[in-house]
Amino acid sequence: MNEDQPVLLKRRYLFPKARKSFVLFTMLIPGLVLFTLLSYLPVPLGFIYAFFDVRINPNLFQQIFAAKWIGFDNFRYLWATPDAWIITRNTILYNVAFIALGTACSVAVAIALNELRQRRMAKVYQGIMFLPYFFSWVVISYLVFAMLSVDLGFVNNSILSRLGIQPVKWYQDKVYWPFILIFVNLWKYLGYNSVIYFAALAGINPEYYEAAKIDGASKWKQIRHITLPLLSPTIIILTLLGIGRIFNTEFGLFFQVPLNNGALFSVTQTLDTYTYRALIQMGEPGMAAAAGLYQAAVGFVVVIVANFIIRKIDRDKSLF
Amino acid sequence: MRNTNKALQSAPLLRKIGDGFKSGTIPIHVIFIIYAALCILPLTLVIGISFSSEKSVALNGYRIIPVETSLSAYDFVLKEGGAVLRAYLITILVTVCGTISGLLLVSLYAYPISRRDFKYRRFFSLFAFITMLFTSGFLVPWYIIVVRLLHLKNTFPVLFLPYLQNAWFILIMRTFFKTIPDSLIESAKIDGAGEYRIFFKIIVPLSIPGLATIGLFFALLFWNDFFLNMMFTDNEKMFNLQYLMVRVMLNIQYLSQVTTGSQSAEIMKNIPSRTSQMAMCILSIGPIVFAYPFAQRFFIKGLTVGAIKE
Repeated sequence: MNEDQPVLLKRRYLFPKARKSFVLFTMLIPGLVLFTLLSYLPVPLGFIYAFFDVRINPNLFQQIFAAKWIGFDNFRYLWATPDAWIITRNTILYNVAFIALGTACSVAVAIALNELRQRRMAKVYQGIMFLPYFFSWVVISYLVFAMLSVDLGFVNNSILSRLGIQPVKWYQDKVYWPFILIFVNLWKYLGYNSVIYFAALAGINPEYYEAAKIDGASKWKQIRHITLPLLSPTIIILTLLGIGRIFNTEFGLFFQVPLNNGALFSVTQTLDTYTYRALIQMGEPGMAAAAGLYQAAVGFVVVIVANFIIRKIDRDKSLF
Repeated sequence: MRNTNKALQSAPLLRKIGDGFKSGTIPIHVIFIIYAALCILPLTLVIGISFSSEKSVALNGYRIIPVETSLSAYDFVLKEGGAVLRAYLITILVTVCGTISGLLLVSLYAYPISRRDFKYRRFFSLFAFITMLFTSGFLVPWYIIVVRLLHLKNTFPVLFLPYLQNAWFILIMRTFFKTIPDSLIESAKIDGAGEYRIFFKIIVPLSIPGLATIGLFFALLFWNDFFLNMMFTDNEKMFNLQYLMVRVMLNIQYLSQVTTGSQSAEIMKNIPSRTSQMAMCILSIGPIVFAYPFAQRFFIKGLTVGAIKE
């Protein structure tokens, strides 16, 4: 009996277990199909479009098999234009500004909210600051336009004219746009980003502050020596996650908020808007694919490095 | 500013604000009130414009409080602007279909990989999460696949299908599913329930907060999207509200730069006026502004859940 039982158990469970796994597997199928088609298949196809001369052919498969190897030509053309440098610079600088200012402001907001005794007022402020997060970039472009429109805009008509300042041609002068874009991005995400820091603050043991108060530490000293050190793991992780996305930009912000204005391209064009314009407006899929592959490759390396550092700091927070 | 006035009317809050005065947090309040006003100001401005008469806007510029109130902008958008109503309908349809199919796909993918007894859960988790490493840069092949391989250009599904396989949402949903005790699934299995039955009858009802979170993420994504429309449709009948707004704005900008005098007046006749443009904007954010006090809670939850792995 004792010898029979394990065998019997095994026989009874072996088959149903495999079948059970299969039933669970069927649930994955829709996701697997979409991931394969829309996330994995674009990778090899992206290489083909960047490194081969793909002639237009009504049959996609014939088109791909008839493609001619041209090596790095597309990349050479891309780097021969001033665009390559401009889009790289814009992409990186805007992201650096977003990360630096975004983190500083979100942490400051979270600490300030936490200092408020009236929880209800803190909730009200947080709620209002969260509102812009729900607006689409299209809506935000309308809001910005209502504020900055040259002839009718609120800033020119209701503020500057009252101060006796000449109306500013916001949409024609590129000097203002780095500031506008950074401000708009900060404005949209401040409420959203401060939530995580606010949650992290709630986890700090109040006894630290009581002990510090007994020792006579001022509010500033408490923030500097208790709050910030305890927040720093969260700050570092979120900053590294931001750095991991340093080669990505939000299409809506850079395309729609400046209203696709050609005069502003040198300060608003980023890798994402360039790829779109090269593909759809200029009809240069080769160049667009090369720019995209450049973005993907550098972005991939940056993510891996950032992830490696995160892993060193806090294993649980890393992506892999 | 309006908020403090409202707050002053309730007595307990007044006392609490009194406490605030003592503890020296007034500067913090002042900064927050100014910033909160800055968050609301552009919205109130657009509302103000949408309720102004076209003439008074042309005369006085954009004002928060209309110089001459008028409902003509909404009248125009709702009566004359058949395109706006169609776009609104498309936005609603895309949001509903996209959210439902997105929820199905994400939860059906997240559930097996949350199960400890599913043999290949590591492989399939990685299969989904690796895609987060190369999200951008493949616009060209992505476009080619949707248009040339799947032949989805100018079809209805193209307005939500390319956004469904979202690894980030799967990660959040998996975290929600992991909180469900294994013993529940075990006991259902002993009672003879199949996997799909367990999923739809036990797991789904227990995961309503998680599903609501992901559902709202999806709904916001589809409601606010114009990119899929811009990439994959050129038929005006397919435009959603956001993309219609893009087209109207860009056309006006383009015309104001290119055309002159009488020529522009001729073309401008067929384009929504400034006030009806802003009325469109208000119509598009209306549902969001009403839903957001309720939705915000779920977003915060999703955000804090997503920040913790395992």
